[in-house]
Amino acid sequence: MAQVSSISNEQSSTAKSIILKISRYNPEHDESSQFMEFNVKYEKWTTVLEAILDVKKHFDHSVAVRYSCRQATCGSCGMIINGKPRLACFTKISELDSNVVTVEPMNNFPVIRDLAVKFEKLFDSHQKIKPYLIRDDTELVSDEKEFLQTPEEVEQYIQFANCIKCGLCNSACPTMATDSSFVGPQALAQAYRYVADSRDKGKDSRLKIIDDSHGIWRCHFAGSCSQVCPKGVDPAMGIQLLRGYMLGFRS
Amino acid sequence: MRESTIMKIHYGTALAAVALVAVHILMRLTQGFADSLEYESVLANYKFIPYAIMLELILILLAVHGFNGLRVILIELKQGRIYEKAVSYGCLAAMIGLIAYGSRTIIMTNMGLV
Repeated sequence: MAQVSSISNEQSSTAKSIILKISRYNPEHDESSQFMEFNVKYEKWTTVLEAILDVKKHFDHSVAVRYSCRQATCGSCGMIINGKPRLACFTKISELDSNVVTVEPMNNFPVIRDLAVKFEKLFDSHQKIKPYLIRDDTELVSDEKEFLQTPEEVEQYIQFANCIKCGLCNSACPTMATDSSFVGPQALAQAYRYVADSRDKGKDSRLKIIDDSHGIWRCHFAGSCSQVCPKGVDPAMGIQLLRGYMLGFRS
Repeated sequence: MRESTIMKIHYGTALAAVALVAVHILMRLTQGFADSLEYESVLANYKFIPYAIMLELILILLAVHGFNGLRVILIELKQGRIYEKAVSYGCLAAMIGLIAYGSRTIIMTNMGLV
């Protein structure tokens, strides 16, 4: 199945080229994944996603890849690029410093086809921790304004609100590799995001949800989740802060 | 029991075991390792009640911590309701068995059966 194909396109003469190795796998037909190789021209600003779309456009349109915004906002194009979970739209080929770029589907997710993976478990875990503000008085009375917060209160959780649910943290997590029931760093970081929000009153119910045999205590603090987050979220820190609530160090 | 309670016990037993094992090693150092492993010396230690209680505590702390650690490793390796129950109860049974076996040695010594 492996082959080298050169794409002739109209790019400028300054373009260099790399070998793009794409993992091809269809669970309905294939027993294991195989790499297809393509010779792709790139410029300084070319992203891995653009290279994959070039392959789709010029050589093999059957390559399956999920993408949408192309600006690291939608969290759709997460994949393993040269061995590390990254967003394809946020990774420039020139920054990889390699003549061979290997793209594979994210680890710890079931593969739909090629580079596209199923996100159901990620979204289920996210939904499980109640990712919304819980209050008794959700309806504002006429003489009140919005729920005000001090900058210090916002600082407690704001970085965790940047999560785009791309799943890279779950893909990098070593616990998720063996424990399929583990709730995962994404959901745990989001649990912290709402627990630390001064407007939220659902702390107890959320802590109860993650206080499970496959919950927060299964994190080994490898820190891989924080290393790969494209939005600068630090799920490992969120998990440790959340443990502080569970152990009674924080209230 | 909630997982947070189990993990509090897990961390607590680790800290307590480190403290007591340190005392145990210091006690051995005062006697010299070779001498302390003599048969009569071991029996004497078991018959000295405060020291025997400390050894019993170390046994309990390490058994609780160790078998809970084993449970955690096993439930991370494989999942499933029946499997996880078997692992939890199996580790609990093994923990009780080990404590009972270790206590038996100390009790037999103090009853003059050894």
